[in-house]
Amino acid sequence: MTATQTGSLGTDNVAAVEAGQDRVQRLSTGGLLLVVGLLLVWAVFSSDGVARIALSDAFDAVQLPVIPLPGTVTVAICAVLVLAAAVAFLANRGAGRVRRILGILAGVAVVLGFVTWVAAGSTLPFTLTNQLRGTLAVATPLVLGALCGVFSERAGVVNVAIEGQFLTAAFAAGITASLTKSLLAGLFAGVLAGVAMAAVLALFSLKYLMDHVILGVVINLLASGLTGFLFKQLVSSDVGRYNAVPIMPRIAIPLLDRIPFLGPILFNQTALAYIAILAVPVSWFLLFKTKWGLRVRSVGEHPHAADTVGINVVWTKSASVLLGGVMAGLGGAYFTIGSTGAFRPDLTVGNGFIALAALIMGRWHPVLAALMALFFGFVTQLGQTLNPLGSPIDSTFLLMLPYVATIIAVAGLVGRVRGPAADGQPFIKSS
Amino acid sequence: MTEESAAEKVVTVAPGTAPRSRRWVGVATTLIALVLAFLVGAVVMVVSDPNVVSKFAYFFSRPGDALGAAWDKVVLAFGALIRGSLGSWGAVTETTAQATPLICAGLGVGLAFRAGLFNIGGQGQAIWGAIVGAWIGFSLTGVPMALHIPLALICAIAFGAAWGGIAGFLKARTGAHEVISTIMLNHIAGGLLGYFLITPLFQMPGRTDPISPQVEWTAVLPRLAGTRLHVGFLLALLAAFAVWWLLERTTLGFQIRAVGHNPHAAETAGMSVGRVTIVAMSLAGGLAGLAGAQMVLAPTLLTSYPPQLSSGIVGGVGFDAITVALLGRSRPLGIVGAGLLFGAMKAGGLTMSAEAQTPSELTALIQALIVLFVAAPKFVTWLVPALRDRRSARPASAPKSKKEVSA
Amino acid sequence: MTATVTDQVLRLEGITKRFGALTANDSITVDLVPGRIHCLLGENGAGKSTLMNILYGLLEADDGTISIGDRELHLTSSKKAMAAGIGMVHQHFMLIPVFTVAENLVLGREPGSFGLLDLGAARKKVRELSDRYKLDVDPDALVENLPVGVQQRVEILKALANDAHYLVFDEPTAVLTPQEIDELMEIMRALRDEGRAICFITHKLREVRAVADDITVIRRGKVVGRAEPSASESELAELMVGRAVNLKVDKDQPQRSGERLVLEGFTVADHAGHIVVDHLDLTVEGGEVLCVAGVQGNGQSELAAALLGTLPVVAGTATLDGVDITHAPPKQTIAAGLGFVPEDRQRDGFVGDFSIAENLVLNRPQEFANSGNLKLKDISRNAKERIEEFDIRTSGEDQFVKALSGGNQQKVVLARELSRPLSLLIANQPTRGVDVGAIEFLHKRIIEERDRGTAVLIVSTELDEVESLADRIAVMYRGGIVGVVPPDTPREVLGLMMAGIRQDEGTEEASDD
Repeated sequence: MTATQTGSLGTDNVAAVEAGQDRVQRLSTGGLLLVVGLLLVWAVFSSDGVARIALSDAFDAVQLPVIPLPGTVTVAICAVLVLAAAVAFLANRGAGRVRRILGILAGVAVVLGFVTWVAAGSTLPFTLTNQLRGTLAVATPLVLGALCGVFSERAGVVNVAIEGQFLTAAFAAGITASLTKSLLAGLFAGVLAGVAMAAVLALFSLKYLMDHVILGVVINLLASGLTGFLFKQLVSSDVGRYNAVPIMPRIAIPLLDRIPFLGPILFNQTALAYIAILAVPVSWFLLFKTKWGLRVRSVGEHPHAADTVGINVVWTKSASVLLGGVMAGLGGAYFTIGSTGAFRPDLTVGNGFIALAALIMGRWHPVLAALMALFFGFVTQLGQTLNPLGSPIDSTFLLMLPYVATIIAVAGLVGRVRGPAADGQPFIKSS
Repeated sequence: MTEESAAEKVVTVAPGTAPRSRRWVGVATTLIALVLAFLVGAVVMVVSDPNVVSKFAYFFSRPGDALGAAWDKVVLAFGALIRGSLGSWGAVTETTAQATPLICAGLGVGLAFRAGLFNIGGQGQAIWGAIVGAWIGFSLTGVPMALHIPLALICAIAFGAAWGGIAGFLKARTGAHEVISTIMLNHIAGGLLGYFLITPLFQMPGRTDPISPQVEWTAVLPRLAGTRLHVGFLLALLAAFAVWWLLERTTLGFQIRAVGHNPHAAETAGMSVGRVTIVAMSLAGGLAGLAGAQMVLAPTLLTSYPPQLSSGIVGGVGFDAITVALLGRSRPLGIVGAGLLFGAMKAGGLTMSAEAQTPSELTALIQALIVLFVAAPKFVTWLVPALRDRRSARPASAPKSKKEVSA
Repeated sequence: MTATVTDQVLRLEGITKRFGALTANDSITVDLVPGRIHCLLGENGAGKSTLMNILYGLLEADDGTISIGDRELHLTSSKKAMAAGIGMVHQHFMLIPVFTVAENLVLGREPGSFGLLDLGAARKKVRELSDRYKLDVDPDALVENLPVGVQQRVEILKALANDAHYLVFDEPTAVLTPQEIDELMEIMRALRDEGRAICFITHKLREVRAVADDITVIRRGKVVGRAEPSASESELAELMVGRAVNLKVDKDQPQRSGERLVLEGFTVADHAGHIVVDHLDLTVEGGEVLCVAGVQGNGQSELAAALLGTLPVVAGTATLDGVDITHAPPKQTIAAGLGFVPEDRQRDGFVGDFSIAENLVLNRPQEFANSGNLKLKDISRNAKERIEEFDIRTSGEDQFVKALSGGNQQKVVLARELSRPLSLLIANQPTRGVDVGAIEFLHKRIIEERDRGTAVLIVSTELDEVESLADRIAVMYRGGIVGVVPPDTPREVLGLMMAGIRQDEGTEEASDD
């Protein structure tokens, strides 16, 4: 109800109790850690043997040693760390910052403990370089998709249509690259398709004031229907012509790729991965260091205020949504020309929604959202990397992790998420 | 997404009762949206058909060829669409069969809309309905039909309701936006279905691919012999009536609508918004769960057995349901109509792809276009200015107060 | 001061604006003269804000011209208005809460080259202006963390940063303490003396008389008169309302029947966990009206919300007729006999898309139902009776409440709350945004409820309303009660109390004047 302007009370004299939401958040985080910690304790008893972590794979220029970790001990240490963090949260001990560091440590311990548990006793090593290089590749569209969401939602247009933008862009990029045999043309077509879908989003949300979420759902259906239809009608009629898609090669950056460990991970990737990496700081700079960025953020927070100082609200929003379309177009192109080549219906399989999840967990901040995308990429890749080791857990569950994590995040259990204030609200001039 | 605004926002697309004078505009807008969607669909169909396109190459020397070919193509395809959905008694029953889960899941989405909730989770809820319905269908043997079918349906509804209730609970207790949580729950349900199908509990013995055994005949919904009209369709109509009664005639429905229109006022008036949210999402999930069960328990034409549970069993019913609810404007009668229309398009789509070599995906495209235009009435009125609000042109009549508008 | 910013008159001539059937502005003519403060006086909804939105380019007039000197202006956007030297301090601040003061100040005309944002220059500009007008604003503070009074200064700085020659203040005093109002008036006078033209929009007669050089009164979209600042309050009120107004409510001495609502150490936290009501001790007796006065945002609304049960009580107790309602949710407090008229009726008071009939049973649908099934006839009959009793002007009980006027909407809310026996009536800003005719009616009904023996708690920021309704006045400041005083306490004393100065000191300071 009426929690009117606590600001007017000033902040100096108001004592604060722990708000209900903070308490729920603290306890749930603690509970979550407790559960995971107990699972790790259980894992201690099946972690006999040595887990070997390889820091380079056979093809790397610089061969690094394989680190042997004693299974039982490592998992036990990780379990203790996680449990300690759980206690700190549950008992409300330690200052906020201490707890945050503990939380991060616990997160690392969970991953390390889990990997050790799986790899313990296996004859094959867990190749960390493969894992991280794969992470970057898998995360490429996720990062770009999350940035698409950042530009759209910072300007106040809710974007649940990233999936549809991906799909259209993947189709356009694939078919164009196949017809022209030019990757550049394919990339360009992908970007155009992403922008076209963004234009639909902008037009119907801003001019025809359609509900953003409904519009997003409809755009996804539209993209699926359109690409599905064209695929059957056109592409299937002559696969050699329309669906023989060239694939982007990995480009090694001279010298840098010879840096031990980091070189093969960061500097031997496809052009799209480099674009994705560069897009993060560029997006941050655009949003927070330029006049345009200030205006974009203002129309997402309080469009009427922006209107009264003479900013063209609809144009500013449109521009940002369209720029987001560029990002989604690049991300969509990954699915055809950037990875597997040929297009098939619905080949983006929910990646757009994972990007959306990264956006929300990254709290609408380009850098945080990209980090979240990387985290989701890491988890997805983990299933791949662990598969040959004979993982005791079905990879289905690892693939589900981003979705579970997002639910936990929006439920406010890992930190309160607060989006742009006017996100999703129609702007009607001077009400 | 801002939590507070979202609820009120959604309601704008799911209007309760429009003033009578504006009703015909709503109907006209819907009709125009339909025509428009089919027009755009026709254009896409024509320009992507290699045969027709080849005739457009010499359009300027013999325009008749190209236009004729285009017209023939449209007539052939849409003709097949109509024949396949309405052309015979068999076709009509195919339509009702396709419409059955659409109506049930559409009611789920529509009911949630009326509570101010956007249930994108029909997909996941239907998946649970299918999982549980199929499992009870094939794992219990020797149970009489009068027990088996109700048991399968009730359990499917219960699991769907629970899955929907999770989103409702999270929204009520933590404020987690239902749009996000239901999207994520969809993917989790889909992943679980895929996982279950490779466990011994669900996988058909002797098979390596993810598919379940056939359900027992005692769990198959009875049908009119030789057609696809089955009991599920009657259940769907019954569900529509029940939802109408619930919303318009009961105190619970009164609360659901109040919370949907204005949760703050509802709370101030003593209603528990959280409880209503959980109940509404559970009911919505139950309806979607029913839809999922119908997909694994309704007999197909040839085998008279339902399809076996597989990873793609529910198709996109959760998303189709959203389009049904939007086209039906979240009112039970409208949802039945919209469900029948989209059911007809699905039924006809099969004929269309067989007879006119036009992929049935075209109907998915047209369906999306219909909803795009229906949910953006401003776009339609922009195209057809005659539909614009006439009241501003008649200054004398309106009894509206001055205070309101100028404030 | 001799420096003159401009010497050209801004003239709005024959401005007409229609919204559908409604004429919000009917051929209005107003002159804004440099070096003078022009007051636009009118009731809520008289059309003042519409006129100013036209002047600021946010709305386009259907007819009429705006000119400066001989030059006619075509103000199709706020950008053009700003370019013409028009600035506006909006009633609802047009500030972006998560931006800093500096960012807000330069938004739309950012300093910096190559598209880059130069926040250093923005900070410098804030400091310059803030020093020049002695407004004391920190450029790096986030606006959402600033008190309302300071936020308003940022609004003023924004207009000044654009070098506005014609400054419009739209209902600027609603959220300020009496002291802050005085400071604002000083700022307005200083700006006038610099040679700027000031347009001051308000419905508060006292403020008009204190600061105006010219007065134009608007009623129902028309200019109904112009007055001198020397005009008496009752003259102005009559012009504004269109008839003689009885500002006092006829009422007898309260027949107190003993304590009904008792608060002890009552402490409330808002959703963010801030303590907003701090160890409050208060009693309300049956048959009396206790008014909680204070500047908006000092915890009054949260006190009311916590009593209803929508905000958490973190310490202390509340009992109603001996029943503990401290932690009771709204359902239980309502069942215990609490009638509640919320502050923001659009948001909390009714469901706009429900009919009048449905809204009249919103808090107790189960009483109009038979084992869960609604009895539509009873609901309809109840509505007809209430419409008659409360004189709700409507085309019928099926009409949507959102289509009613503010006064009639409030009557619907009050009709619902008063149509059952109550132990306690809480009304938060019961007449905000309501026309004078409806105010008299609503006040009458509230006093009738008091005379029935109900304990009545009114929250109001309007001292006029407090004085005419209260049997006792409790002044709140920063979550606590500064003092409980009789209704005939002088306004100066109340003003000081509202600024947190205790009553005994307050009396002394006031007598020094």
